Amino acid sequence: MSNPHANLERRRQAIYGWLLLSPAALLLSVFAFYPSLATLWSSTFSRGNRRNPSEYIGLENYADLFADPTFWLVVRNNLFYAGITIPVSIFIALSMALWANSKIPARGFVRTAYFTPTVLPMIAAANLWLFFYTPGLGVLDQIGALFGLPSVNWLGQPETALWAIIIVTIWKEAGFFMIFYLAALQTIPEDLKEAADIEGASRWTYTRRIVLPLLMPTTLFIMVNAMINSVKLIDHLFILTKGGPSDASKLILYYVWEMAFAFFDAPHAAAMTMLVLLVLGIVAAIQFFLIDRRTHYQ
Amino acid sequence: MIPQPFVSLDGIAKSWNGKIGVEDVSLDIPEGAFVALLGPSGCGKSTTLRLLAGLEIPDEGRIVIDGRDVTNSAASDRNLSMVFQSYALFPHLSVAENVIFGLKVRRVPRAERLEKLRRALEITGLTGLEDRKPGELSGGQRQRVALARAIVAGQRLCLMDEPLSNLDAKLRHAVRKDIKKLQQDLGITVVYVTHDQTEAMSMADIVVLMKDGHIQQIGTPQELYNAPVNTFVAEFVGAPPMALIKGHALAGFDNAATIGLRAENIRLEETGKGRLTCTVTECEFLGAETFIGLAHEHATGLTLKAPGMALHPSGHTVEIGFADDDLHIFDSGGKRVARTSLTPTAKRHDQA
Repeated sequence: MSNPHANLERRRQAIYGWLLLSPAALLLSVFAFYPSLATLWSSTFSRGNRRNPSEYIGLENYADLFADPTFWLVVRNNLFYAGITIPVSIFIALSMALWANSKIPARGFVRTAYFTPTVLPMIAAANLWLFFYTPGLGVLDQIGALFGLPSVNWLGQPETALWAIIIVTIWKEAGFFMIFYLAALQTIPEDLKEAADIEGASRWTYTRRIVLPLLMPTTLFIMVNAMINSVKLIDHLFILTKGGPSDASKLILYYVWEMAFAFFDAPHAAAMTMLVLLVLGIVAAIQFFLIDRRTHYQ
Repeated sequence: MIPQPFVSLDGIAKSWNGKIGVEDVSLDIPEGAFVALLGPSGCGKSTTLRLLAGLEIPDEGRIVIDGRDVTNSAASDRNLSMVFQSYALFPHLSVAENVIFGLKVRRVPRAERLEKLRRALEITGLTGLEDRKPGELSGGQRQRVALARAIVAGQRLCLMDEPLSNLDAKLRHAVRKDIKKLQQDLGITVVYVTHDQTEAMSMADIVVLMKDGHIQQIGTPQELYNAPVNTFVAEFVGAPPMALIKGHALAGFDNAATIGLRAENIRLEETGKGRLTCTVTECEFLGAETFIGLAHEHATGLTLKAPGMALHPSGHTVEIGFADDDLHIFDSGGKRVARTSLTPTAKRHDQA
């Protein structure tokens, strides 16, 4: 049945396929798969010191975390942070894109202005916002003083610190997401709008029934990105609050960093990293499998 | 009393940054007519249609539809439907949702909506495809969805912007007949933009030929074919187009600048008896007839239509003859001149 030539051809195809796969597979193995497994492995060991060498302790590190009130506070902070930044930045990005896509004067300027925060490094953006938030000297206080309002230490009090961080993130992200929406809007043919016009659809009906559904693939993409960013983007914490005051603005990744490099507790940091990976994986899967099914791709 | 035209354009002009789109376009369309706006690309035919649809607002002039001045009205207030060249179907909506989109927007009750949908799909032969997305349909089916969407609301005026240009030749021919039948069955008025003169001539009751933003001629297909008002119309209408011969090349027509002649009116003559001596450039055999391309130093587009198979070697010299009655006379500006105003010399030749 099998002839030698066909077998050879099949093998050649297989080798060809593996050769194409290998660069990506190699890079991912070295920089993603191996570190993840190594982290999983090290999260099951105790923290070693001179007297007690590191030893296998199973899930004890995880149990410690679940018993740690700071961990739960940080989780709550991060959920709140994600719950506000994701929908708000998507909404603002969409509104800006719809506006910047319409026939307005100085369209190029508007688009550039919206996009500027994106090209700034997060550290630079945070420094910029430090000028806004600083009590007494900051722009916000200066404006407040004009109306006779008292000086507010936005970053220095537990009630406002996380909000201040959230606003910086939204300011930074919305312009970036707007670019994706803008690109998607340009792919919607002009004559769909004209067809809707002739049928008597209002601008709002057209946006709701035609534009938003056609933007769904982009929205899904942006949602996944915004979610990842809500965990990943912590640079500004280093400049603005360092997680304070009294952990009010501390996010998970910042806590991981602190655990590993400030308290030198690598096993607990590893355990926390694994939890973050697990949760992110589950949420991404839900987004892709549930929302994807209701999304129209061109 | 002259009946009011159903649609009337009066002195319409539209330009963009000084570039003329259309100028001085006046056109009356009776109810139930099939009007084709014909012309080469960039002639302003699509602009005229878009002005009529309300997708553009004219700089000058007046548009009246069904006795109502709609010059500055929004597209949705003009009670018309439109079929776009690209069909402009909503890609994420099913066939049914695409068709009833406008009915939903206008809040037509559900039962009536479904009934109208059923009828529109039946007329366009789309029954059974209700739940498909446009992406899952063939080009011809998409075209019919666009048609169904245009007729479902029962508007009396339907605008079509090159609706067949994305179909292959065979399908185009079939859909051409379908559209014409649909228009007659529903008794609607259709304004149809095309650059294909065969399409315009075969479907329309009235053909409006445009060039560079101006109307060249308005008339029935027969009028455009048999009495073109200028050399542009003469060369645009008909396949093959009318041949143009310089007046001085023909004995007795010195006062005519240009003479037009249709392929079917030319015949081969024996040597010495013809009125023009030409060289054969190419032969095109089409089954029932053969088109023989001829070259003459004072003529363009000379073609002879011979019945059946009649191949001549290229480079071969032939003589051709034709009757004076079949000649179209144009003055130096390219305008048609009535044959009665011809010079006596020509008349003498006529009688000979």
